[in-house]
Amino acid sequence: MSLRRHVLRVYKQILYLARDWPEGYVVLRDRAKRAFLINREETDLRKIETLIGRAEFVVKEIEALYMLKKYRTLKRRYYKE
Amino acid sequence: MSQLRVLVGCKRVIDYAVKVRVKPDKTGVVKEGVKHSMNPFDEIALEEAVRLKEKQVASEVIAVSCGPQACQETLRTALAMGADRALHVEVSGSEYEGLLPLGVAKILAALVKKEEANLVVLGKQAIDDDCNQTGQMLAALLDWPQATFASAVSVEGEGLAVTREVDGGLENVRLSLPAVVTADLRLNEPRYATLPNIMKSKKKPLAQMTPGDLGVDINPSLTVLSVEDPPVREAGSKVEDVDQLIAKLKDSGVF
Repeated sequence: MSLRRHVLRVYKQILYLARDWPEGYVVLRDRAKRAFLINREETDLRKIETLIGRAEFVVKEIEALYMLKKYRTLKRRYYKE
Repeated sequence: MSQLRVLVGCKRVIDYAVKVRVKPDKTGVVKEGVKHSMNPFDEIALEEAVRLKEKQVASEVIAVSCGPQACQETLRTALAMGADRALHVEVSGSEYEGLLPLGVAKILAALVKKEEANLVVLGKQAIDDDCNQTGQMLAALLDWPQATFASAVSVEGEGLAVTREVDGGLENVRLSLPAVVTADLRLNEPRYATLPNIMKSKKKPLAQMTPGDLGVDINPSLTVLSVEDPPVREAGSKVEDVDQLIAKLKDSGVF
């Protein structure tokens, strides 16, 4: 897969996650966009790969955050301890 | 041991993060334009079934949802999380409004026979009606053993060993197969249905049917009279000094 497609794919993943962002879709979309634009001039292939790795890490973090938030809400609602 | 065919219930409910509002005419809650998602306890049930498949204990995981057309989105999520195929039993309009755990249990019982499933994993309850009945009723209809509120499931010989969450502790039970298991919150941490998997799930088979096709009568055995908001917490008041506080406490009969 070309790096360009790789970057677009991980960006789309973030947009997909943004639909569930607590403060609204636009907030996370804009933040992601800004973060991606900072490195738009990057041409070093190695560095681009590292940056993609970082974006993928962020995707995993957001997923984990959502699952934890759901778990905690349910725990508070259904279990009194 | 023969391979398990696992049936998993996936109810489409109002998302856990949405603040639920009661309709002004007290016939139910506002569902239009509100975000829906899969019942979190069903996600846990599905995760457990998928893990059984990954351990090569289960041969197939079938996700089922009863409800309107929109339930197919929930089933897509289920397929993205790892179910092999999905069954949508279409119930809509007033029939869906009156669909009760008994109706769902009858549908599931018919599907179990049709699909020759030998394990059913359900969420212990749905977060919308909080009934906590479907699994128990299904086990009764099929005359299968059941393990409700499961917090750990493992295969042991020809049966299952299940740890159940009971008041003040845990209970370990062993049951023979076929069986019904309902998932509690601590059973596992379900995986996230990622975008690439959602895309792939569109290629997985999703069959549609109606309760009539299964020969099931889902006429409700009870009617909802009214749905009301929980009482609002009354505002407190500030007291100036200790004497006033004691006077107030005496007034309210606490002291």
